[in-house]
Amino acid sequence: MIRFDVHVAAEGGLHARPAALLVNCAGQYQSRVTLVKDQKQADGKSILGIMTLGASQGDRLTIEIEGADEKQAAAALKELFDKRFES
Amino acid sequence: MMFKGIPVSAGIAIAPIVRLAAQPPVAAAGEKIDANRIAEELQSLERSIALAREQLSGLKEKAMDQLGPEKAAILSAHIAFLDDPSFAGEMKARIENQLCSAPAAVQAVAEQFIALFEGMDNEYMRERADDIRDVSRRLLRNLSSGDSHFAGFPEEPFILAGEDVTPSETLQLPLAYVKGIATAKGGPTSHAAILARSLGIPAVMGGGEAFLAAAETSQMMILDGTTGELWIAPSEEQLSIFREKARQEADDREALDALKDLPAVTLDGHRVHVAANMAVPEEAEALVASGLDGVGLFRSEFLFMDRDSLPDEEEQFDAYKRVVSAFQGKPVIIRTLDAGGDKHLPAMALPKEENPFLGFRAIRISLARPELFRTQLRALLRASAFGRLLIMFPMISHVEQLREAKRLLEEAKEELRMSKAPFDEQLAVGMMMEIPSACLQADAFAKEVQFFSIGTNDLVQYTLAVDRMNESIAHLYSYYHPAVLRLIAHVIDASHRAGIWTGLCGEMAGDPLATELLLGMGLDEFSGAAAVMPKVKARIRSTTIDQARKVARYALSLSSAGDVYRYLHDKTE
Repeated sequence: MIRFDVHVAAEGGLHARPAALLVNCAGQYQSRVTLVKDQKQADGKSILGIMTLGASQGDRLTIEIEGADEKQAAAALKELFDKRFES
Repeated sequence: MMFKGIPVSAGIAIAPIVRLAAQPPVAAAGEKIDANRIAEELQSLERSIALAREQLSGLKEKAMDQLGPEKAAILSAHIAFLDDPSFAGEMKARIENQLCSAPAAVQAVAEQFIALFEGMDNEYMRERADDIRDVSRRLLRNLSSGDSHFAGFPEEPFILAGEDVTPSETLQLPLAYVKGIATAKGGPTSHAAILARSLGIPAVMGGGEAFLAAAETSQMMILDGTTGELWIAPSEEQLSIFREKARQEADDREALDALKDLPAVTLDGHRVHVAANMAVPEEAEALVASGLDGVGLFRSEFLFMDRDSLPDEEEQFDAYKRVVSAFQGKPVIIRTLDAGGDKHLPAMALPKEENPFLGFRAIRISLARPELFRTQLRALLRASAFGRLLIMFPMISHVEQLREAKRLLEEAKEELRMSKAPFDEQLAVGMMMEIPSACLQADAFAKEVQFFSIGTNDLVQYTLAVDRMNESIAHLYSYYHPAVLRLIAHVIDASHRAGIWTGLCGEMAGDPLATELLLGMGLDEFSGAAAVMPKVKARIRSTTIDQARKVARYALSLSSAGDVYRYLHDKTE
């Protein structure tokens, strides 16, 4: 399992558009992707799960990835957060 | 208590009533189902989700064009909700594990997310609750126009009573148990009526509000689809009279069933075709089993009705292919889209007209919207590779229209040849003869097509200037009117002179009283509701072509519809 922290830099937090991008990205991999904020967990492949996590700009999240292609998934997700969801 | 409606599909039904709710309940909170309905509920949920996805993609494209990418993104989010495993997945889980009905599952999951969003401390996120509401309402709407409306059908015989029944609702009925359909509104040419006839379900429409007010679920009821009588809570005496009548009908049917595999040929060897009219691909298998000579009219517009978006080429191709291959080489005549008039297609947003029957309809729409027409022609051509498909154009009044339609067909063929897609190079093209101008010019049209099909429903209304839906002039509407008969005779003669054939696909083809007359006029193909056509076949098999010609000659010499009707009626008695 890979676990790492990210910083939510996207303006407005993880609202619909970034959440959709995140789901798209996570959905390309077989690995399970879980987002953790405080005590709450969300499935990284569920847009509603991510949105209801309520992550605002400036929050820190932990991302846990587990599965055969976890390395590739981790790299892709890190890049997404680094680029502040701007493509 | 007896009510009188319009008889639209013959037969007697005696069974308890199941009353259709006027409005599907929006709040289905907590509704439970039996474990044996799980698969069915899951299916209707999936259908409603697939439909919602289709609707939203269409809306998104429109929004992109008219409102810009920002508004379109909202619709993308709605689509993403539908694809979200924690949304649809949770709904499915509730159906499977908690035996929720599909609407109840949608409602419960939506409420859960609405509460989550509304509890968030961010204004933007709180507003997302509205998106969830919107999507879940769409799903509930899709569910209620589908079969969930009918969720609680008993698994024993019943008569359906309601204000109106849409064609898609008719199709969702459990055919093994529905014995009859009675509605407060509608008439013989409504689409539910046409479907009821082709499915062989006795039906009475236009029973009125008083009937509806008296009809309560589980009350006993008698429905007579021949006279239009609707008896609610009948006496024992009534019941025994109708049981006897029903028994006789069953005997008649048995006698007709014996003719199933015999050809439609007169005693002296004159062979004609007796075919079925049909509207929805789902009917195909039952029609093949009825032993008729193919399909004389497939109304393609049913694929376009009751939906918010138009069927694409693949969907149309699948539908046409299913019908054509089911008939295994027997001819299947598919009529291109006959929209407009009384057939409103929500997906096409046609303008309201003062005179819809004289307005923008059928081939006139197809020629004005060639992109739409081309999609249909391509689907038809591709399906022609799987059996014997014939294409027919509706509402042709001018020869230029026919030429333009044929030109577009040739273009579509060329495209398919270029892409090496197989189709039937010998495919026959025909036209409806339903406008007097075309009938009078039949000799000119006969040079351009391989067959004619007379549509008496419209031909009568255009020839006699009688609106077939207007009850106060209904007595003027008759296909026995000598002017109509002369047009029919003229069309048949012109076709034979040109070496092509003529069929008839209006209500008249299924009227056994008219069979000898039409046969004697030289008609080559009779096409009507599958349930009535065996009677027509029996009529053909019991006469000779000489006798039929005599009947036709005499009938054509009479000067009023009443005289013709009385002559044919007295002759049969």
